[in-house]
This record gives sequence, structure tokens and C-alpha cells, in this order.
Amino acid sequence: MSAASKQTEDLVNVQVDGHWIQVKRGTRMIEACKQASAEVPHYCYHPKLSSPGNCRMCLVEMGMPPRPTPGQEAELDNDGHAKISWMPRPVIACANTVAEGMGIRTQSTLAKECREGVMEFLLINHPLDCPICDQAGECTLQEYSVEHGKGESRFLENKVKKPKNVDIGPRIRLDDERCVLCSRCVRFTQEIVDDDVLGFVDRGSHNVLTIHPDKPLANNYSLNTVDICPVGALTSNDFRFKMRVWFMRETKSICNGCARGCNILISSRENKIYRQTPRENNEVNSSWMCDSGRLNYHLLESDARLTDPMMKKGKSHETVDWPQAIRRTAEGLLKYKGDEVAIIASARMTNEELYLVRVLADTLETKNVDTLKCHGEGDDYLNHKDRRPNTNGAKAILKLRSPGSRVNSIKKGIESGSIKALLVYGENIESKGFDDGVLSKLKFLVSSHILANPTAKLSDIVLPGASYAEKRGSMINATGRLQLLNKAIEPPGNSRDDWEILQDLNCAMDGKDFIYELADLFSEMASVVPVLKGFTLSGIGEKGASVIETGETIPLLEREAQRVNQGLIVG
Amino acid sequence: MAAPKYIKGKEPHKSEYRMIFRNVDRRGWDTSIKSYIADGGYKDLKKALKMKPQEVTDEVKTSGLRGRGGAGFPTGVKWGFIPPNNKKPVYLICNCDESEPGTFKDRYIVHQDPHQLIEGMLISCYAVGAKVAYIYIREEFPEGAKILEDAIEEARKKNFLGKKILGGKFNCEIYVHRGAGAYICGEETGLIESLEGKRPYPRIKPPYFPAALGLYMCPTIVNNVESLCNVKHIIAMGGQKYAKIGTPRNTGTRILCVSGDVIRPGYFEVEVGKITMGELINDVCGGLRKGRKLKGVIPGGSSAKVLRAGEKYTIGTGESERTIGINEIPMDFDTLAACGSMAGSGGVIVMDDSRDMTWILNNINTFYAHESCGQCTPCREGSLWMKKITDRMVSGSGVPSDLKTLTSVGDNIAGRTICAFGEACAWPTQSFVAKFPEDFKKHTSRRNAGKELNPESKAAAAGLKR
Ligand SMILES: Cc1cc2nc3c(=O)[nH]c(=O)nc-3n(C[C@H](O)[C@H](O)[C@H](O)COP(=O)(O)O)c2cc1C
Ligand code: SF4
Ligand code: SF4
Ligand code: SF4
Ligand code: FES
Repeated sequence: MSAASKQTEDLVNVQVDGHWIQVKRGTRMIEACKQASAEVPHYCYHPKLSSPGNCRMCLVEMGMPPRPTPGQEAELDNDGHAKISWMPRPVIACANTVAEGMGIRTQSTLAKECREGVMEFLLINHPLDCPICDQAGECTLQEYSVEHGKGESRFLENKVKKPKNVDIGPRIRLDDERCVLCSRCVRFTQEIVDDDVLGFVDRGSHNVLTIHPDKPLANNYSLNTVDICPVGALTSNDFRFKMRVWFMRETKSICNGCARGCNILISSRENKIYRQTPRENNEVNSSWMCDSGRLNYHLLESDARLTDPMMKKGKSHETVDWPQAIRRTAEGLLKYKGDEVAIIASARMTNEELYLVRVLADTLETKNVDTLKCHGEGDDYLNHKDRRPNTNGAKAILKLRSPGSRVNSIKKGIESGSIKALLVYGENIESKGFDDGVLSKLKFLVSSHILANPTAKLSDIVLPGASYAEKRGSMINATGRLQLLNKAIEPPGNSRDDWEILQDLNCAMDGKDFIYELADLFSEMASVVPVLKGFTLSGIGEKGASVIETGETIPLLEREAQRVNQGLIVG
Repeated sequence: MAAPKYIKGKEPHKSEYRMIFRNVDRRGWDTSIKSYIADGGYKDLKKALKMKPQEVTDEVKTSGLRGRGGAGFPTGVKWGFIPPNNKKPVYLICNCDESEPGTFKDRYIVHQDPHQLIEGMLISCYAVGAKVAYIYIREEFPEGAKILEDAIEEARKKNFLGKKILGGKFNCEIYVHRGAGAYICGEETGLIESLEGKRPYPRIKPPYFPAALGLYMCPTIVNNVESLCNVKHIIAMGGQKYAKIGTPRNTGTRILCVSGDVIRPGYFEVEVGKITMGELINDVCGGLRKGRKLKGVIPGGSSAKVLRAGEKYTIGTGESERTIGINEIPMDFDTLAACGSMAGSGGVIVMDDSRDMTWILNNINTFYAHESCGQCTPCREGSLWMKKITDRMVSGSGVPSDLKTLTSVGDNIAGRTICAFGEACAWPTQSFVAKFPEDFKKHTSRRNAGKELNPESKAAAAGLKR
């Protein structure tokens, strides 16, 4: 037996387009082809969903070595593998698994004819309205028709008319004429979010996707259907007609909507965000994200955005420049010593920013440091009840055992007059009982936020910071994963990246040197924060790295893992 | 058991071998359990219950019984596909969806001899270890459903069905389930989906072979009504003896349903392969109408490939190889397959020379375009496309490229779909266009542009009567 044909427990030898590779037993043919760099075009197949095999786009030619007659050696090919006898009937690559000695042809005449045939069928009743379709540029129908289409139509009949511009939920519209009936959206709603509201009605070529008459597609994960729709049948009300996809720049980042830290792509052009989409991370969010997180970016466009540092003058605020704002903040804080100063930071801040807060607290020698505990509903899918993205970072870096537990004593300290100065970073603390009455007791109040809010209104100095999409840094999510936040757009006006603001402040207070590289700051932090030991910023990687065992599980991922075990999905 | 007498005018033809249809059109017969028991009914159930389940299956294997629903798959072999160390419940489903155009046999069994089916099903359940069975009956047979329900109740009262059947350990329930009114509900995995309360979208095979992952993902045996009735007779006479009926590999009887241009259309139970197409048409069915010549035959339900009169077929191999014409084709599974068509559901559709094959194909295409479930691309889009082309052709707007397009659309469907409906809708087009090009060309010639060339209306006008 030659080395190539050696068969191990878990690996099988498969020939793809003439080349032998080894893949894990049980691998779907389509995945085996992918491993051999032979991408098989497909519409209905999605590794996270069950495989109905309905589009027939992935048809390939398949062969197996014939079962040798007992007592006889199998006939071998030149390469030492058993000779393959090819089946006359094509098979779908998406749902079938490989077997030892299997041959797959993705480029044979038969495979090509199958693809061309399916493409033609899909296009005969398709409206071909690419010029006005939002999917153009990321449409697999458009893409494959260039690669596998016939070019010329021989369809002389009238196209089937179907409903267009159907309102199927608050965030999504359906164009049935564009739908290729791949059922991805249906399977997503059934299998991932248990909201079985989509389905097909009518027969044959008149089949249409439709919504339950009394139940709109309104669940908090509905927009994932738009992502997985291979064509422009499902479009997002938020995004449609706003921007051509090929003009946009994509930034890999993480959502800051809750402690899950879903991995995302931020699509922007000329300093404006047009959409956010999930980025696959099988340790965090699989291929999905929630609608509220996805649409979070609109907050950044709020009219209430702070764009300049401001200082209180009488009853109102006036704009100042940064050096002045920093100097006045440092002076204001330095008037007080030790526990006369309190800092309420935020688990919305990056690790690096929190580390600079820790440095600041050390300089001020105060132990009155905390973040807010902001818990909401959460759900049984991804959305976490902790509404802050970096609570675990705050715990590790600010050495908080139970974030939010000191907030009350800080409030009492202010009320009793023992705390005289307060720095509030990234939070509106009014909701935690810090109203006018409390805050007016302070001698000095500084706040930093991205939006004008009641806390800002009472502040002596207001420092406009950057939102999650306007800065870089790292965070640790609910399951203890260290992940990277990346900058997609610039902060508006004169607002600034927070780690620069905080460093300026620290320099002004203790005279230390400014660290110009975020990576260096990270390394400094990593040398003092135990859970980050050994990490570098560039070492975190696009999909993050596990740094804390939290023991938490992710409901949606648990169920996906179960389906992988049952062989229902690839995962 | 006395030889049955039949209602006047409905007597079986002398070439028939009435076994399954023994009680169809029988004089003095009704659907009551009394009639059935008086005629020896349920004796075979008693006999089977004394055997081991595996012995029953073995008898069915020995009998060589092949499925009567369409594919002709050996029934005993199918039963053997239930995974050996299965721990899940096993289900048996009787496919009584009978929707293939040209097929009308199961309905007579249900309407006139329900207990034969129930007995056959109980024996089959015992063999495969099913405690629950369903009869999935075509929505358009409301009367049949009622008759079955009543028969089940009668059988229960006599303890042929229910708990501890006939005092033994065997428990079995049969439920009647009304179909969802679509042809695709007859495809076994579509049927299973429908039974589960969903749209009858057929499942991909692999992995969803019913014998392993069927109803509720449990091992499920789906058999046609006629197939299940045969099981009773196999137990009655033993597999060996049964195998002597018919011809080797094509054992037993078959109910042929003849429709179309013959003098005496109807149902005829014959020994498989013991009768030729010519005998069936000319003797049993009284031949064609006066002055007419045979043009073609669809031998196994509308989805079977058409046979053209005058064609030659080479059948058999080696020494026994011979060339025959359409009239000499023995009506069995293997020969019809060797002739490029199939025995299918037993629906024989005869067409004489008054027929324009373009109209016939258009009629068939209309059916399939309407019945495609629409799940998979080639069948969904192709079935309607083929219909639209023949629609256009018969209404005087055909173009010369239509023949080529029709054939290639058919080629792009067959063998590339989820279920065999793909073949069912492509085969007519592929075979009609290939075998009767002159009929199709007539509709694409300029001379005939704008004309509706329907010879059927001409024939009707000429007053051609039976
Ligand atoms: C489109 C389609 C329709 C079918 N309709 C029927 C039907 O009405 N009745 C039936 O018995 N089998 C029908 N079949 C065949 C069934 O799928 C299945 O093979 C059969 O019920 C098995 O029974 P048998 O082995 O006893 O023949 C159909 C198959 C296809 C592909
Ligand atoms: S709307 Fe999109 S995802 Fe849903 S079935 Fe149609 S093409 Fe597929
Ligand atoms: S689950 Fe949380 S992190 Fe994920 S998208 Fe929603 S809000 Fe953002
Ligand atoms: S072949 Fe036709 S009937 Fe069968 S699953 Fe596909 S679309 Fe449905
Ligand atoms: S990807 Fe749709 S059938 Fe395989």
C-alpha cells in the first residue's frame, strides 16, 4: 500500500478533480471540495442550517471504487488508489458525505452541464433587476450567472409574476420574484430562533415565500435572514437603497450592545456607517447577531453627540480646546486627595482605557473606583443580560470583584460630603440615583461620554469621547474571550479616542510620558494584569482568545453543537 | 370457498387471474367483515401470527413480490432495510394516494374489499415489528376513507386489531389519514412529511431513506395498497407457490388499468408477464375503435416513457436475446424496462392515430407543472417551462427551436432532482418529442402559424364513437 492510500481511523482519502486529499470521515463532499480549493457553487447549503438539498446547484460527478469480488485485489490506478468507477447520475455535494476512495469531479462536462442547467432554470423567471437591487455585488445569482450562465436566453415565455415589495416585518421586505426558494430564511427562523413564521405556499413554479398572516417576522434576530438570503429577495429596511456594497469598506470588530461581544463587520464609506453584519466566530456568535446590536450604530449619528470639550460657565457650558480641558480637569482633580475623589468608569470602555483609569486612580490614591452594573433581559440565544460589553475586562483590570457594588457608597460619600470630586466615564449615572440633588453636592464633576446627557449637564468639564466604532482596543466578553475592537470611522468634530484623552490626563497629572502605540500600552497592561499575561495586542487575532474561564455557556452555540453531533449541520 | 360470481357486465375477462381483485364487482359481496370472514377472511392473519416475524418476511422475500406503487422494488428486501439493532418504533404506511394519471386500482380495493387491505397490513406490521400503521388515503377518496374507518372498527371488535390481537402478544393500531390533495403526497417521503403535518416536500435520499429515517425519523415501511394486499396471499399459499404465479423475477399478478383509445377500457388483473401488450389491447380490451390504428402506448402511468407503434425492441441477453414489436411486449417489470419504459403503476394509456402527440404531451405537462411541489429548482422551473412551450405550440405559436428546447429542458431535469417526480415530468417530454417529432414539427411550421391543430376536435366532430 502506498503512503497516499494509507487509511487512518478518522481520515479518508478522497479524490477531488484528480487530486487526492485526506479529509475527516463524515465530511460533507462540498466541504471536502473546499479543502481541496474547489469551491462548489451553492444556494441552499449553509453550514449552520440543515440541508434540504433543494437548489441543486452543487451537483457534482461522483464515483467510488467498485466493491472488489471476494478474494480479488482491487484494481489500482497509477497513483496507487483503487480505480474509481464514475456514476452516471450526479449527486449533491452539500448533503452527502465522503467515503474512502471516493472521487469527486467538480469541473467535468456533466458537473458543468448540471450547473448551467440549474442557473438557466433559476434565471428564466428571475426579474433580472440587478441595477436596482441591493444585493447586486454580493448576489450569488449574479456571480454564478457570470461564471456558469449561458449568456443568452432561450426562454420565450412570459415570466411568472409574484408579489413584490412585501412587508413581512418591521425591518425586512420581501421580493418574491427574486427569491430562489432556497429556504435558508425559513430554516433559520425554524432552527435557530424558534420563530416559525416564514413558509412556502402554492405549487411548482408558483411557489412563493410568505409570512404567517398574523405573525410578522419581528424577532430580534430577523435581519440574519437578510444576510443569508443568497439573492436580493430579503432586504433590510435599514440598508436598502442606501449604498452600493462595493463602495463600502469593511472593518472587523465586535458589537458593544451586550456582554456577548458578537463579532461583526462594520461597513462604512466616507466616515459613515451603512450597516453592521455578523462575522463568523464559532466560540462567540456562530454566524449571527441580534437586530438591536446590528442597528446600534444609529446611536453614533445622534444629534446629541458631543463634538467639543466643554467647560461650565455659569448655568451653561462653553466650548474649550483640548489642552485647556485636560489642564483644568487635572487641576480640578489634584485639589483633592485620596478618597475625596471617586471614579465611576464604564464597562463600555476598552481594557486599555480601563487600565488608564486604574493608573489615574493610583495617582489619585483613591479606592473609590467602580463601574455600573447594567443588567437587562437577555435571551436564550445570544443576547446577554449584561448590557455592557467589557464587564469582565473591568473586573480584571480595575480589580473589581462585583462591579457596581461600590456605587452606592460613592453616592453616600457624595451626599455626606466626604467625596468631593467625581470623574464619570462613559455612563449616564442619573439612572443610578445620581440626580441633581446628589451631584450638586460635589465640588468638582468631570464626565466623559459620547452623548449629551443629564450627567454632562451638571459637569464642570465635559470630555467628548469616541464610540465603539471610532476607536481601537480590546475587551473581554461574558465567556472570558479577549477580543479586538477596531476603528471604522473617525470620531465626530473634536471628540477624541478615549485612550488618548485618558493618557493626556494621566500625563498632565503625573508627568509620565505619552505612549504613542496602543500595542505598547497593551503590553504594559498585560505585564500587570494577570489574565492578560503573555498576550500582545497583535497576538489576539481576528477571532479573539480565551483568557478567563467563566463557566458560562452560550445557549445558541450549545444547540448548534448538538446538531453538529447529530450530523444535521456542519457547524 | 366457492368460486365468486360477478355482477353482470362486469365479469372478469377470461385471461384474468383474479386474486387481489377477487371480490371486486363480485355478486352478493359487500365491504362488511361478515362477507369477508365468510369467505375465509383473516385466516391468513391467524396463520401469520403463528409464525415468527422473520419467517413472514422470508416468505415475502421468497415470493419475489415487487412493489406495485411504481418503482417495482422487491418488498421483502425493503423490509430488510430496517436497521438490525433498531430501538425506535417502526411504522408501516399504506400508500393509498393513487394519483398517477391512468391508474385506478387501489381505489377499488379500498371501496370494495377493505378487509383484504387491513389483513395484509396487519400481517405486514407483524413482520416488520410495527405497532402503528397509517393508511394515507388520497384526499379525493372521502368515501374510501369512511369505508376503511368502518372496517377498522369492525376488525377491532373482532380483536383482529388493537391490543393483544387474537389473544396473543401482538398489538397493532391502524389509522386512516386523509391526504393533502396533491400528487406529490404519493411520493413516499413527501407522504411522510405530509403525515407529519407539513408540506409534502420530499426528502433527500440519502440520508432520509424511510426504512431507517422515516416518519418522525423512525424506521418506516411505505408500501402500496396492492403490494400489501399481496402479502396476505403470499402467507395464504406460501412464498414458493406465489412465486410460480407470473414469470420469474416478475411474480404474482398485476392489476392493469387500461384507458384511452380502446373499445373496453378498465381494470384487469393478470399474471405478471403472462400477457402481451397486443393481447391486452386487442383481446382483453376489445381492440381499437373502428378504422383506427395504434399510435403509441404509455405503459405504466403518465410518467412512463411512451412506446411508439412500429418500434422494435431488443430484449433478453445472450441466447435469449430477441427483437420484438410493441404488441409482443410481455407486460412485466423487466421487459418494459428493457424497452426503455416501465411497468410503473400499471396504468396503460392507449393512443390511436387520431391523437396529436403535441396535445397529449401538453395535457401531461399541464398536470406535472401543476403538481410539482416546487421544492427543487430543475423540476419547479422546468415543469412549467415545458408546459409553456407546449401551450404555445398547440395554440399556433410554435417555433422550430421548440423541439430542441423541450428535449434539453427535460434532460436538465431528469436525474437532477430531489425525488423521482423529476423523471416523472421529464420522461414524457423526452420520449414524446424523440419518438413523434413529426407531430411536434407540425406545430412549429410557418404554414400552421396561428392555427390550433387539434385533431381531437376533428375526431369528435366526425362523430367517431366507441
Ligand atoms: C411523484 C411520485 C408519486 C407517487 N405516487 C404514488 C402513489 O400515488 N401511490 C403509490 O403507491 N406510490 C406512489 N409513488 C411511489 C412511492 O414513492 C413508493 O415508491 C411506493 O409507495 C412504495 O410502495 P411499493 O414498494 O409497494 O410499490 C409515487 C412516487 C413518486 C415519485
Ligand atoms: S427569501 Fe432568500 S433566503 Fe429565503 S428562500 Fe428566498 S432566496 Fe432563499
Ligand atoms: S447579542 Fe449582544 S453583542 Fe451580539 S449583536 Fe446583540 S447586542 Fe451585540
Ligand atoms: S423533483 Fe419536483 S416534486 Fe420532487 S422535490 Fe423536486 S420539485 Fe418537488
Ligand atoms: S447547495 Fe443546494 S442542493 Fe446542494
